[in-house]
Amino acid sequence: MNDIETVKALKGGEFLIRETAADSVFIPEEWNEEQQMIAETCVNFLAQHVKPNLNRIDEQEEGLMSHLMDEAGALGLLGVSVPEEYGGFGKDFKTSMLVTEKLGAGNSFSVAFSAHSGIGTLPILYYGNDAQKQKYIPKLASGELKGAYCLTEPSSGSDANSGKARARLSEDGTHYLITGQKMWITNAGFADVFTVFAKIDDDENLSAFIVEKDFEGITLNAEEHKMGIKGSSTRQVFFNDCKVPVENLLSDRQNGFKIAVNILNIGRMKLGGGTVGASKEVISQAVHYANEREQFGRAISKYGAIKYKLAQQAILTYASESAVYRASQNMEEATEMLVASGLDETNAKLKGTEQFAIEAAIIKVHSSETLDYVVDEGVQIYGGMGYSAEAPMDRAYRDSRINRIFEGTNEINRMLTVDMMLKRALKGDLDLMGPAQKVAGELMSIPDFGAAEEGNLFGKEKKYIANFKKAILMVAGGAVQKLMAQLGKEQEVLMNLADMLIELYVSESLQLRVEKLVSMRGEDSCKEQLDIMRVYINDAAEKIAKAGKEALNYFAEGDEKKMMLMGLKRYTKTEDINSTQARRNIAAKLIAENKYCF
Amino acid sequence: MKILVCISQVPDTSTKVVLKDNSTTIENAGVSYIINPYDEWYALIRAIELKESGIASDVDLVTVGKANTEPVIRKALALGGDKAIRIDAESTDPYLTAVYIAEYAKSMDYDLILCGKESIDYNNGSVGSMLAELLDMDYIGFATEIKIEGNTAVVKREIEGGEETDSCKFPLVISCQKGVAEARIANMRGIMAARTRPLTVITPTVDDALTSILSYELPPAKAGVRLIDPADMDELVELLHAEAKVI
Repeated sequence: MNDIETVKALKGGEFLIRETAADSVFIPEEWNEEQQMIAETCVNFLAQHVKPNLNRIDEQEEGLMSHLMDEAGALGLLGVSVPEEYGGFGKDFKTSMLVTEKLGAGNSFSVAFSAHSGIGTLPILYYGNDAQKQKYIPKLASGELKGAYCLTEPSSGSDANSGKARARLSEDGTHYLITGQKMWITNAGFADVFTVFAKIDDDENLSAFIVEKDFEGITLNAEEHKMGIKGSSTRQVFFNDCKVPVENLLSDRQNGFKIAVNILNIGRMKLGGGTVGASKEVISQAVHYANEREQFGRAISKYGAIKYKLAQQAILTYASESAVYRASQNMEEATEMLVASGLDETNAKLKGTEQFAIEAAIIKVHSSETLDYVVDEGVQIYGGMGYSAEAPMDRAYRDSRINRIFEGTNEINRMLTVDMMLKRALKGDLDLMGPAQKVAGELMSIPDFGAAEEGNLFGKEKKYIANFKKAILMVAGGAVQKLMAQLGKEQEVLMNLADMLIELYVSESLQLRVEKLVSMRGEDSCKEQLDIMRVYINDAAEKIAKAGKEALNYFAEGDEKKMMLMGLKRYTKTEDINSTQARRNIAAKLIAENKYCF
Repeated sequence: MKILVCISQVPDTSTKVVLKDNSTTIENAGVSYIINPYDEWYALIRAIELKESGIASDVDLVTVGKANTEPVIRKALALGGDKAIRIDAESTDPYLTAVYIAEYAKSMDYDLILCGKESIDYNNGSVGSMLAELLDMDYIGFATEIKIEGNTAVVKREIEGGEETDSCKFPLVISCQKGVAEARIANMRGIMAARTRPLTVITPTVDDALTSILSYELPPAKAGVRLIDPADMDELVELLHAEAKVI
């Protein structure tokens, strides 16, 4: 595909209009020895401290979660990516993602961990002045202080900037007095430091404050009774003229919304890592059970219906993981480039993250829905035992569900994906118009029936992915033209477009990963990964076709609709593959290894 | 006090062993390696404890193995230890392994040499005692507790049906098992320090293995478990007699 440019360093959102070289992506098969040791420490920590105590954790035994956080802090796991000057270990974003992934198998503990080291620590680390960082970060990195983040209110969830919490300056000018009610506050029960969002006086935008639990005027509600992640402390926090010293205003006045959004971008990507880790754990348990459980005289893993489920769990997880680490690397590279161009590190990190906000939203949706599929089929593979609270699937199933809700619901994230893409195009940051017009022109000309590049193992998939891009540009271009300013309100169409973008990004990330892996290990050692790629991309083509058709049937009409539907068919056409055999091959590997092994 | 800890690389306990070359070799591909648990959890951690409490001044690690053992050595260094020595040779013959280590250790004035009671791959359990003999040091095997009192080690060890307590002056070789220390998890600081701790490679000068391995055999596949109704004792007795032939 000569009409799509291949670039080394991809900017955020550019995956839609450019091609990426496989050797430029980071793949998890490249972890170095030190990173593998860190991962092992996480696995050992869960095995020794968390897994044996899952019931006690879920019963919220007094002091237990806080103690586990202390243990994690003693091992250094709370400060992996905190700079060394603030008592951390200064590791890169990918490494902290690896830690999040490995600890993601820790059920409620992983929520407490992520909340502390993500939204509990990062606002101060990224936006704090030096005095604030010196005061709080070393203690947050060691676990001496535990962090929490107070954004959501009873009446403001997805619409975060509409919060009612208010702050006013005290008469003597030394303190802000915060009044308001915050809810769904993770770690509230044992947190020492809260990042609290509130508007000062009648400001249009939120400001952020560092609030210590011992400041006057804070009260906590009782623990919420939740469907899952029962061990995670979730409470309402009330601020009643809470006295916060003026020096604890974080960043500038009215900068809070920006902080909230940027921290969420990181949180979304991290949620991707955590859910991938949880998925791998559930798959390992499911494979193990399927190998042990016998019915009609044979292990149930010998039956095709079970093999299908195991393979599908692994396919989705491997695909999601490919996207998580591709985007993590891109974010890191973008940050490095910004630093090289003279920006200070904190701002570079924020801008680098912001640039990949589209990818972060995509990853959040895909990985959380993958985990939901994995736990659902996990319960099914366990059969009756899946429904019993004695087996691990009951907890995994309940704990998974929140991931589609927090860090921005998947609906909000789907809308954001499209919204951010279009906004960047309007601002001229992303040239969607050129490529979209090219596709429109192609629609009017004779279809290209050219075969995939001969002799290239990935020729077909590369062609499919290039076509997926054309399909999206065509449907999105049509939607913008037809619906214009109304598009933002046509949420079903936005969902369709988001689904297409998600499938494209994950398909491409997966294809690039397998291509790089084959270049490292040779084709013979990557047979199952090639099967994973082929099955995933074939299924993605159907999903893209369905979503595109739904959108076109809504907004297009007449000959134009006919032409676009035909174009969609052309751009989502794939050659038939024997997906049943491919899934059997993938399952055979899982069954032989008796665990998730890709 | 200078301590040397002997570390062995062994396959992960969940490894499915595959034999090749007419069952004379173990397939290496796909095997992940760990530090021999007896070496890590007990010998190494006890040595680190002795250093932390100020009793030991140096804790060195030694392994006999080819370059592919280095990740495991660095893992050991991440747990603790000042430096590591890799003796560049295969370690399938316990006598030769002991000879190699002795060759290195004889001029190093170690007061205490700790090793696991056995490695979980070849299960010979004899390197420690051979090493003591070669270095003309005393030896206490299968320790469950090691205390240091001045220039004497007070060591508890398991004996049939009970426990004995020995005391022995340095220099001394002790093989360790459960009870000597508690397993630890490598922390971030240790992992990052592991890279900077010296790892020296030595080429051995002797090669006179006393044994060579002719072939391996995998254990027979385990039969499935059969559950018998507790009310049906007769069937159980019959099965134990006729099928299992144990009564």
